[in-house]
Amino acid sequence: KSTLVIAEHNNEKLTPVTLNTITAATKLGGEVSCLVLGSQCAKVAEEVSKVKGISKVLLADSEAFKGFLPETVTPFLLATQKQLNFTHIVASASAVGKNVMPRLAAKLDVSPISDIIGVQDDSTFVRTIYAGNAIQTLKSDEPVKVITVRGTAFEPAEVGGSAPTENAPGEAANSDLSSFVGQELSKSDRPELASAKAVVAGGRGLKSGENFKLLYDLADKLDAAVGASRAAVDAGFVPNDMQVGQTGKIVAPELYIAVGISGAIQHLAGMKDSKVIVAINKDPEAPIFQVADYGLVDDLFKAVPSMTELVGKK
Amino acid sequence: MSGLRVIVGCKRVIDYAVKIRVKPDKTGVITDGVKHSMNPFDEIAVEEAVRMKEKKLASEVIAVSCGPIQCQETLRTAMAMGADKSIHVEVDAATYENLQPLHVAKILSKVAQEEKADIVFTGKQAIDDDCNQTGQMVAALLDWPQATFASKIEKANGELTVTREIDGGLETIKVQVPAVLTADLRLNEPRYATLPNIMKAKKKPMAKKKPADYGVDVGPRQSILKVEDPPVRQAGSKLDSVETLVTKLRDAGLVPS
Repeated sequence: KSTLVIAEHNNEKLTPVTLNTITAATKLGGEVSCLVLGSQCAKVAEEVSKVKGISKVLLADSEAFKGFLPETVTPFLLATQKQLNFTHIVASASAVGKNVMPRLAAKLDVSPISDIIGVQDDSTFVRTIYAGNAIQTLKSDEPVKVITVRGTAFEPAEVGGSAPTENAPGEAANSDLSSFVGQELSKSDRPELASAKAVVAGGRGLKSGENFKLLYDLADKLDAAVGASRAAVDAGFVPNDMQVGQTGKIVAPELYIAVGISGAIQHLAGMKDSKVIVAINKDPEAPIFQVADYGLVDDLFKAVPSMTELVGKK
Repeated sequence: MSGLRVIVGCKRVIDYAVKIRVKPDKTGVITDGVKHSMNPFDEIAVEEAVRMKEKKLASEVIAVSCGPIQCQETLRTAMAMGADKSIHVEVDAATYENLQPLHVAKILSKVAQEEKADIVFTGKQAIDDDCNQTGQMVAALLDWPQATFASKIEKANGELTVTREIDGGLETIKVQVPAVLTADLRLNEPRYATLPNIMKAKKKPMAKKKPADYGVDVGPRQSILKVEDPPVRQAGSKLDSVETLVTKLRDAGLVPS
């Protein structure tokens, strides 16, 4: 048994979710190698080599991997797999992982396993279906298991290892099928939504994009990320990368504060694994109260500013 | 680049507004007597394909669905939205239980070859199994480029410029045609089929096929051991004031003290 984890990074830094993915990989029972594939990404390889549980770092550094296009990444992964014959190939269920892994699986003629939340043994996995409204346990009969992992379902791996790094077998080649043009990432000083320890999220009850400032003020006191319900995104209050829910981000912070969010099923699917849920809503019948540890039936325009003030007072 | 032939994958799923109930024997979820409709992301793909035809970018839109006989209703919906014809690849109910995205991708890629398609369009994922695999696997099997999670598609000089939704923002890529596209939520808002169009769709051609017609083996590759309800979260307490709330959170170490 041997497992390959495909690291996710921006060529400068490892994306934190990779640490959670490594934890899932160590539960498979084999030796875990980690592939760092990118352009001028040696720094990332160094970072990965210090993660506990990794026995080997494979580095694939080439300009061809700019933009992590599946048309260039997949042939390389296939070449690596052909040489090293891993029994499991694992990546985070992120935009990159979800894009590349099924392509790799189809090339290997195996059925991939998406977005797992649990590992029972090396071929039995737990995942959610119907946006978290049912939990499925499945056994894969494939010779190679191609898996994506939901990061929030696993603890991050600890730092404290020292694995050797070597070049990954395979030759990087450009593909004329596709080309990378650019990215537009929302800039923010706040922690990233998917990995923040605390999240303050707003819904239609905020009434406008400007009113989200109330949430930003509170979030800054709590070192929290700010999210939104699909209703708030669809109403144009905030950009769609802030959406928490079935079709947006799945989050599981220590503290989730839902403000002016009614609690539609698709929103609950994205946040109900949070450790402590607080709901602030003026409608006492809002479904969000059924999952909230602490509910406050109040006008958010009064409650949120006074909460910000109280949190600030130490 | 006029005259693109577009195949759209249309999965029939339990309607998104239906509350899911797990079967008491834990073998799956209850589907009998439950309202079904087209996977919402596939509906967006159909809409975009039909718009491409209206803009004279596409010459023909072909809807394809794999599954039991009821999938034909889903295909009629796609044709009422504007697809020109459809192909139903019938898979009996028992086999369908274990039909996976890889099987569907193999069928779709064969259909694409047979129909000399330039584009295969699917939703980014189905809202039943939440797999998010089919489009990417069709691209792999055909060795075509893939533009997944698309929120904007434009044509320019024989290639497509696609804006994709990624973690933390948007990304732009260019892909050569032929290509596979998968639709994200904000690509468009699908139209409602009007009554005259529903009537017209009844007369549009629908071919009836089996996986064997495409040489695709639909034998299971994995087995579902059980399907269960998610753990229920107990509602906590309603508090009387912001002060009580902050005190509770502070006691739990969740706000700085």
